[in-house]
Amino acid sequence: MADTAQARQRETTLMGMYLFLGSEIMLFGGLFAVALALRLMHPQEIVAASKHLHYGIGAANTVVLLTSSLAVALAVAAAEAGKIKGTVVGLQAGAGLGIGFLALKAVEYVSEYHERLLPALAPPEAFANPAAHLFMDLYLIATSLHAVHVTIGVGLLAGLALRVHHRSLALPRQATGVEVVGLYWHLVDVIWIFLYPVLYLVR
Amino acid sequence: MSEATAEVSYLEHGHSLKSWLLTTDHKRIAILYFLSITLFFFVGGAAAALIRIDLLTPEADLMSNEGYNRAFTLHGVIMVWFFLIPSIPNTFGNFLVPLMIGARDLAFPRLNLLSWYIYMVGGLFTIAVLVLGGVDTGWTFYTPLSSMFANGNVILAATAIFVVGFSSILTGLNFIVTVHRLRCPGMTWGRLPLFVWSIYATSLILVLATPVLSITLVLIAAERLFGIGVFNPALGGDPLLYQHLFWFYSHPAVYIMILPALGVISELVATAARKPVFGYRFVAGSSIAIAILGFLVWGHHMFVAGQSMYASAVFSFLSLAVAVPSGIKVYNWTATLYKGHIALDPPFLFAMSFIGLFVVGGMTGLILAMLAVDVHVHDTYFVVAHFHYIMVGGTVSAYFGALHYWWPKMMGRMLPLVWGRLSAIFIFLGFNLTFFPQFILGYLGMPRRYHVYPAEFQTLHVLSSAGASVLGLAYLLPFTYLLYSLRHGGKAPPNPWGATGLEWTVPSPPPQHNFHELPTVDGPPYQYPVEVDGEREAAHG
Amino acid sequence: MRTIAPLLTVWAALLALLGLTVGASLVLTGTPSLIASLAIAGLKAALVVWVFMQLRREGGLMRVMALGAVFWLLILLGYLVLDYATR
Repeated sequence: MADTAQARQRETTLMGMYLFLGSEIMLFGGLFAVALALRLMHPQEIVAASKHLHYGIGAANTVVLLTSSLAVALAVAAAEAGKIKGTVVGLQAGAGLGIGFLALKAVEYVSEYHERLLPALAPPEAFANPAAHLFMDLYLIATSLHAVHVTIGVGLLAGLALRVHHRSLALPRQATGVEVVGLYWHLVDVIWIFLYPVLYLVR
Repeated sequence: MSEATAEVSYLEHGHSLKSWLLTTDHKRIAILYFLSITLFFFVGGAAAALIRIDLLTPEADLMSNEGYNRAFTLHGVIMVWFFLIPSIPNTFGNFLVPLMIGARDLAFPRLNLLSWYIYMVGGLFTIAVLVLGGVDTGWTFYTPLSSMFANGNVILAATAIFVVGFSSILTGLNFIVTVHRLRCPGMTWGRLPLFVWSIYATSLILVLATPVLSITLVLIAAERLFGIGVFNPALGGDPLLYQHLFWFYSHPAVYIMILPALGVISELVATAARKPVFGYRFVAGSSIAIAILGFLVWGHHMFVAGQSMYASAVFSFLSLAVAVPSGIKVYNWTATLYKGHIALDPPFLFAMSFIGLFVVGGMTGLILAMLAVDVHVHDTYFVVAHFHYIMVGGTVSAYFGALHYWWPKMMGRMLPLVWGRLSAIFIFLGFNLTFFPQFILGYLGMPRRYHVYPAEFQTLHVLSSAGASVLGLAYLLPFTYLLYSLRHGGKAPPNPWGATGLEWTVPSPPPQHNFHELPTVDGPPYQYPVEVDGEREAAHG
Repeated sequence: MRTIAPLLTVWAALLALLGLTVGASLVLTGTPSLIASLAIAGLKAALVVWVFMQLRREGGLMRVMALGAVFWLLILLGYLVLDYATR
């Protein structure tokens, strides 16, 4: 009886989280719509502008984020098996890699600043044409909004690791808590999976 | 029943301010919303009063051009985001959905309270906009006006709407999960009250459309602050892109405002006719159809803005298609009333005026959806009249109908029927006097958002303003006698209207946890007539 | 081990697909490049959603909840293409 009540509660929580993630998809969807419109209006200029981005750093960051997703997925599996140590390690690894992602992103922003590629900090004349400027604006907004989500995710993962470590989240009874944060983290990953080719690999 | 009435009602369960501000009871949160949106209704109404006074004469004598722009912008922003969108879902939806499906609360009670606080933070931003001098872009925030030229508090207003959007998303999410997960035993989808169906459909739009508005407002703010140029053609952007993104949200938002009203009317009509709703499945399905079709028609706001003719043609066709599910509802209500034993109580008078006004609003919508005709009446008072017939004649009438219908349930007090009937009639008359002349004005060429106009339009404008004063007083009337009823109204029995539905099986006002024992449903909804042993007559004296 | 093995496999597949998409972008140009990069991104996202997010073990309703927004996003993008491509 307790088990079915728990399963019911889990399904309710997951449904709420999936709907929230749906609203996140639509939030970034607005930015993808802008990217699509720009691409349709200025195909050549966008291709030229995209070539200035450091696709190597972007690829490295994709590896970091995919690996952190793996760590979190392993943490969820451990949580469901009631393994406290494994859960904590997985969550900490996920959060650590998230910080790594942010650090790499910062390095990238700094180098773009020096190359006078970062809008708001470089004059519009520094860009080949208005469309290139526009593309870099979109790049900055989309990646920084994504970075905000990564930061929130890191906070959630780290907080969760602490709670599991201090047993204030009992496993495996409250594994749904880990699962839900994991879902959020994976979605942040999925958004990056699309941002990467849309911004970096336009050729 | 005697056992249940002995339970403490949700109103009696704690009297401190804290017991209200930290409550997670969906019924108390509904009351918090009711108080807040009523406040905004009158602030938005005051802006409307200024507009109508200014329009009495062809010259600009009450307000400056700038002041007039700020008045209609504030009217639009407050009425759309701080009254209409939260109105029926957040008050009656919050109060009734758990009661109607046989649950003790929403799926996420604390999230529900959080969503009220987010709404209030957004409201405070709006008040700040008002105090700091307003904003002059119109509620649509069209670029490049909003991004480059407007000198009001655009960013602050955008922040207010951004914030209140999250309240919408969380509320919608809560309703969807609640309807899926918390229905009592036997409450199948085919037995859900039609009000719940419409709230469910509304919630889908709230969750899926609102985020696009949020990101669009972020882009507007970035454009204003940093000149990013996404919507500026001189910088390679496109102002039409703004209109696409804005209407991707805002057209579905029209259905956020009207769908809950359609649900209310289905309940009121069935109770008034004392008959099952005709074609229940079609009425329920049409709510979902309207929610989905609502996402496919936004381009009809852009027929003359320069979008591709092919896109316009598709948008026009699909806009006409919305008439099908809307028509299903109207025909089925009419068929429900046919040969019914109709009681002319206040809620039903509101429902009747809703049906009439909704039909006029809907039919003029078809006129606007036609490409050729729209060129003539685009951005005129014809459009203003059309959407006020839907939003005010429709949604606000349904809101007042719901208020009169469920007031005894929410407050445990009966309201004076004579006054209720009078206010329904005055609202109907005042409304038509205000807005029907605007159809003619628009057809003759009076553009919207202008306050200086040719002298030959004055008669119609004076008629409209006269109607507005009737309407304004008629809206004040219910609040006087409803307040009066709180102290002097007779005690409400559990089921004063002789209605079906689980909410009428619990005492009025309901106990804190709604149901003493979770109910079980074993039949279809709307099994009229209901025997209430002369309860109705006794209650109404 | 039975839960961990598919996670590791998927992780390896994701990294391989990342290599593929970077490689494709260096070789292809124009529309084929766009199609390739979006198709690979879609495949990667599907793997994450299906295995990491465990949508494979949920029922149909939950899958609809999780993926419904994608349908609505395609409405937005589809209409934009219609307008910009025929303007």
